[in-house]
Amino acid sequence: MSVTENATGIGAAVRRKEDFRFITGNGQYTDDVVRPGETRAVFLRSPHAHAKIKNIDAAAAKKMPGVVAVLTGADLATDKIGNLICGWMIHSKDGSPMKMSAHPALANGKVNCVGDAVAVVIAETLAQGRDAAEKIKVDYDVLEAVVDPAKAQSPGTPQIHPDIANNTIYQWHLGDAKATAAAFAAAAHVTKLDIVNNRLVPNAIEPRAALAEYDVGNDSLTLWNTSQNPHVARLVIAAFVGMAPEHKLRVIAPDVGGGFGSKIFIYPEEVVCLWASRKVQRPVKWTADRSESFLTDCHGRDHVTHAELALDANGKILGLRAKTIANLGAYMSTFSSSVPTYLYGTLLSGQYDIPSIYCEVDAVYTNTAPVDAYRGAGRPEAAFVVERLVEVAARQMDVDPAELRRRNFIKSFPHQTPVIMNYDAGDYDASLKKALELADVKGFGKRKREAARHGKLRGLGYSAYIEACGIAPSQAVGSLGAGVGLWESAEVRVNPTGSVEVLTGCHAHGQGHETTFAQLVSERLGIPFENVSIVHGDTDKVQFGMGTYGSRSGAVGMSAIVKALDKVEAKAKKVAAYVLEAAEGDIEFKDGKFTVAGTDKSAAWGDVALNAYIAHKFAGADLEPGLKETSFYDPTNFTFPAGCHICEVEVDIDTGKTEIVNWTAIDDFGTVINPMIVEGQVHGGIAQGVGQALLEGAVYNKEGQLVTGSMMDYTMPRAHDLPSFHVGLTTTKSPSNPLGIKGCGEAGAIAAPAAVINAITDAIGSEDLAMPATANAVWSALQRANKQNSPRAAAY
Amino acid sequence: MSNFTFHRPTTVRQAAGLLARNPEAKLLAGGHSLIPVMKQRLASPSAVVDLSLVEGMVGVEQKGRSVVIGAMTRHADVATSPVLQQVLPGLAAVPGSIGDPQVRNRGTIGGSVANNDPNADYPAACLGLGATIITNKRRIAADDFFTGMFSTALEDGEIITKISFPIAKKAAYEKFKHPASGFALVGVFVSKRGADIRVAVTGAGSNGVFRVKSFEEALKKRFAAKSLDGMSIPATGMNSDIHASPEYRAHLVAVLARRALAKANA
Amino acid sequence: MPAVSMTVNGKAVTGDVEARTLLVQFLREQLRLTGTHVGCDTSQCGACVVHVDGIAAKSCTLLALQCEGAKVTTIEGLAEPGGALHPMQEAFRENHGLQCGYCTPGMIMAAIDIVRRRGNDLDEHTIREQLDGNICRCTGYHNIVKAIAAGAKNMAKGGGARQAAE
Repeated sequence: MSVTENATGIGAAVRRKEDFRFITGNGQYTDDVVRPGETRAVFLRSPHAHAKIKNIDAAAAKKMPGVVAVLTGADLATDKIGNLICGWMIHSKDGSPMKMSAHPALANGKVNCVGDAVAVVIAETLAQGRDAAEKIKVDYDVLEAVVDPAKAQSPGTPQIHPDIANNTIYQWHLGDAKATAAAFAAAAHVTKLDIVNNRLVPNAIEPRAALAEYDVGNDSLTLWNTSQNPHVARLVIAAFVGMAPEHKLRVIAPDVGGGFGSKIFIYPEEVVCLWASRKVQRPVKWTADRSESFLTDCHGRDHVTHAELALDANGKILGLRAKTIANLGAYMSTFSSSVPTYLYGTLLSGQYDIPSIYCEVDAVYTNTAPVDAYRGAGRPEAAFVVERLVEVAARQMDVDPAELRRRNFIKSFPHQTPVIMNYDAGDYDASLKKALELADVKGFGKRKREAARHGKLRGLGYSAYIEACGIAPSQAVGSLGAGVGLWESAEVRVNPTGSVEVLTGCHAHGQGHETTFAQLVSERLGIPFENVSIVHGDTDKVQFGMGTYGSRSGAVGMSAIVKALDKVEAKAKKVAAYVLEAAEGDIEFKDGKFTVAGTDKSAAWGDVALNAYIAHKFAGADLEPGLKETSFYDPTNFTFPAGCHICEVEVDIDTGKTEIVNWTAIDDFGTVINPMIVEGQVHGGIAQGVGQALLEGAVYNKEGQLVTGSMMDYTMPRAHDLPSFHVGLTTTKSPSNPLGIKGCGEAGAIAAPAAVINAITDAIGSEDLAMPATANAVWSALQRANKQNSPRAAAY
Repeated sequence: MSNFTFHRPTTVRQAAGLLARNPEAKLLAGGHSLIPVMKQRLASPSAVVDLSLVEGMVGVEQKGRSVVIGAMTRHADVATSPVLQQVLPGLAAVPGSIGDPQVRNRGTIGGSVANNDPNADYPAACLGLGATIITNKRRIAADDFFTGMFSTALEDGEIITKISFPIAKKAAYEKFKHPASGFALVGVFVSKRGADIRVAVTGAGSNGVFRVKSFEEALKKRFAAKSLDGMSIPATGMNSDIHASPEYRAHLVAVLARRALAKANA
Repeated sequence: MPAVSMTVNGKAVTGDVEARTLLVQFLREQLRLTGTHVGCDTSQCGACVVHVDGIAAKSCTLLALQCEGAKVTTIEGLAEPGGALHPMQEAFRENHGLQCGYCTPGMIMAAIDIVRRRGNDLDEHTIREQLDGNICRCTGYHNIVKAIAAGAKNMAKGGGARQAAE
């Protein structure tokens, strides 16, 4: 959308409202909140991946200075605190429901991963709590650990949970197996790939935290926590964990320092803090240190996949099939089951017209941290499968990779894929064309020759990704197993002075909602941007909401605001009719002014707002006083952001080190409210995708110890690991919501991994390269390629 | 971290006395190795003796044909020392590559050398230049000082006060950074001072910093990258972890040695 | 408990601390200056960067007692209350150099230190290398790099006088 005349309206790169507090150190994150009489919780965690707890001796710890209480899983069970749950039901191919193990907030009798909480010390100070935790003696009977997801189902492998055979949670499938087999039988060319989608640690820079306070007088609980969806947290903790009735539990997610999915879920620590605060009748605070974050934040990805692509002699794709083992870790986290199924298999058509697709996914338990949604959640895994297959197929068939993509692009909409999704709008040719130009692909040959003169191998990699965002129509997700509806709500409160508060069920943790949502209101009501406040993150203030993830806040959350604004405008017109002494049907509203059609009579926004409240000009029987409207918006479809990223790399032949020398991102996000913020989302997403491709990977050893347990071993992308990015947009509006928004938060993380690996494999002339493509990994791949003396490698 | 008593002596004598009276004490220099391990409770000293107020332990001075650096001189100050830039820029590059700017603003040469982390940079410079480590008790040649990972010839109560580096005609350091920690995955320091040719390697060896005698021999004919053509070192004895295999580390030693030689001759 | 005295953001402060108290704990818990954050426990992330005697340091890797007598500046001390923002703060806002805001105080303090060491005319490569000690998970650094280049230039125009004087 072009920049409007309204400098703070839709399409304007408005500077962010929230920044002043952050750049001056006045943000208010959970750990910054202090309550009178506050105590600190310190968790004693299992050092073993798999063990029976024979005995816990807390006697010495209880005598340590400053200790208020030491609590264990047995106490939790005595108090009948319920288990954590996974809220998305998946059925196996045989129709049986997924196998969900018990997940107590404190281990009771058995630990299933390193970091499992075994006991909690409540102490006056953090240091005293830590001193005391050291004194708890736990007697473990150590069991053999299950670490490798590919072997978790094998006979003879230890069983992690009682009654869950072969550590198998479900065996799910999607698509038409027969039709796909027929497509492969008829193929002129088949490309096969074995892919490991590496396990990632989200590492939001603000560690998770929880502060719980019990109010004796009202028998109610308040929880401040690092949540992307406080209402969902309240619902689960009330209805499933049974901590307190929903109306006696208030959840406040204040400023939250990044989430990337990891703060969607309901975790043991917030449950324990709530429970402990009621037991000791004092506020209880816990803030993770980074070591705890590594061990206990839900990890992302972790798929082992075999994938195949069938093509005819002209490079037309006939079919795709994939078999994936998804590692969900020791317990099923809140939305874990949906990630490798409906957020993955449904995207295997990519941007391509593929007649037949068949996907099988086995989800398994292992003695590792739980795995759940992490930026992109299933869709990066799908995009990686599709975009690696297409790129490798093009190379094997000696077709230009851009041309092969073009031949297979979906060109008319709506388009029904064989895997549920109905793509409603897009123009994949347009984004590819623009990306080819911006990346100067024509000049690549020259740059490659120049690099070779300096001992560098240059490569180019494409990723024409698609994602499904704006999650999503409640009825549709319900039919797929979701335990909740995925609508969003908004309340628009117009004050008597004409200023506006918008209460939204979305939650911002870096996305800038306070700015973009205010831009929408400013444009729609024609009032100054400064006169609009966005309220979110408090279950006592906001009516209800599903929170922020899956790039849904624009498409779903802002749509709810639009609907509420529609109602506000309708009501305001009624008030204006009384103020202007005209028929309601003659009232027009534009640029913050009400006019009577065909006259010069007008009333300002503020006049009408005031009149709505003083209610002197109409009787309550005709029109209710006040100007405040609520909407619950349920979308009609997912949205389908898509685009084309091109990565250009140089690989140092001597060391194997890869440098990204150019990045081009052309994305179609539909309507853009604030291009500055959208670009920022793209940058951050690419950085996480590059991190996955080049740097990051959680590694457990065979005993189930997390080898990459700190930032000393787990490589976080730093400024010098990344280039500046060239980003641009093409636009087809989403027909599925009133603003035409598609969503932008995850695109970079979905597009980037395949672009990087396609570029490096192009550079080194070998497809035998896993993520993360560290210098050592690339050097080893070069050695193997040289040994095999492959003709492509020999060319260098 | 566990609690401790904190001491701030103003002389080396006082510091030594505190160490004598508190056998479990640890010296605190820049604190950028000690405090992190104390936070993880991997070290829980009963007393911490902060050397920051001790006089005469800071500065970079040329003394005859050596450069003498006070043990409490911070990495940032060594890296930007005008004296070093003039007479031994190859050494200045070493602290310039340590950690990150904030770490370099606090970390000290004495702390780094005394800690002898097998992936630290300064041990390569000390061994690669044939430095002398000067303590409150004696002078120790670098060849005798580094005795294995996190292990040195320092005795109880011994405090490094200065380190003396001979001014080599040619010297350079090449480092391949550990992508996460910033330590040396492999670091190679080369120098030539008359007939004394040294190639010292950090990060690679499973027993800490070491010299590559075969490279040194080959370089006696000509101190140039070309002299190492076709040469490599065996992977046995190299560190192995998720970031680098022994073979890769051995390979990097040869690559970085050649690059360091090219830099030293530039 | 030992007492510690220092000057924080121009004000003399004293407090009783355990010897093991880190500077960042003293600032956050005793002085309630919560703009300085903790993002890791291995001195990697840089969310805790403050200036000690005008030089950037990681306050998670310093004991409060090591700062006896020191002049400490935190993010809260950059702009005068109600007054103009420091040019580096302003540059982060103008260039969208932050998203969730958690790494931001450390980033800004580190950025000002880059200017102290490398001057006001900073190229992209220098900024990226000098940001080695600060991790951001949101922005991909693109806009942080832009913000620092712009902030550095604006500091040359007479802004940030209070910092320069320290």
